[in-house]
Amino acid sequence: MATAKPRVKVPKSASAGEVITIKTLISHNMESGQRKDKEGNVIPRNIINKFECFFNGTPVFSCDIDPAISANPYFEFTAKVMEAGTFRFVWTGDDGKVYDTEKKIALD
Amino acid sequence: MKLTRRQALSFSTGAIAFTLAGMRIGPAFANAEDTSAAVQAFSGGAEPQSGMMTLKAPEIAENGNTVPVSVSVESPMTADDYVESVAIYAEGNPNPEVVVFNFTPMSGEASATTRMRLAKTQNVVAVAKTSTGKVYIDKREVKVTIGGCGG
Repeated sequence: MATAKPRVKVPKSASAGEVITIKTLISHNMESGQRKDKEGNVIPRNIINKFECFFNGTPVFSCDIDPAISANPYFEFTAKVMEAGTFRFVWTGDDGKVYDTEKKIALD
Repeated sequence: MKLTRRQALSFSTGAIAFTLAGMRIGPAFANAEDTSAAVQAFSGGAEPQSGMMTLKAPEIAENGNTVPVSVSVESPMTADDYVESVAIYAEGNPNPEVVVFNFTPMSGEASATTRMRLAKTQNVVAVAKTSTGKVYIDKREVKVTIGGCGG
């Protein structure tokens, strides 16, 4: 997988105290370490093993990922918005690669 | 066709032997015991209660490569009482662990959705742990038409 492109959907604005739904997707083949190539050698495991979401630096949601998560891992979760700010999303891979993206949200 | 008692018995013994042999071959898959051990380790030995958490998964998944699952736990999600984490396990996969969701009071609700791989028809188990030490459990059977672990 050459590039893992993160895609995130966050509402542009919310009222204070509102619980919003966030959807995230990152393109990654999530090689499970169970498959074998044509010669019968095990293809080494290479997955995204951690996903984290922060709001203005405070952790909101995170998950520890095992190979049983599908390719192009998708996560949908919620966050309570009390103020305007920035969501930061970070994915960490087995190979040490880190992918991140940011989304701003305003108050109504 | 009419079976005598003797024929019926020998037939069923054969069937059982065949099933047992079938279970020995192939890659080592996790089983219910591995899963309950993992659940025990996660919950720290607390007795899990059912009812407060809902695990949603399709009854029949055509493609085991992407099976949508979602969990949601009833919780006030305040700083004193919130759901810390929810773990999902699959009894029939090579490894039972699927994912652990970690929530904070900033999550607002203890609910999350993802897509998982299932090797075969099996039970999917979700376990939730709250900051007050309560443990909730829910279980669903998912029938898988095409397994999702590659060959």
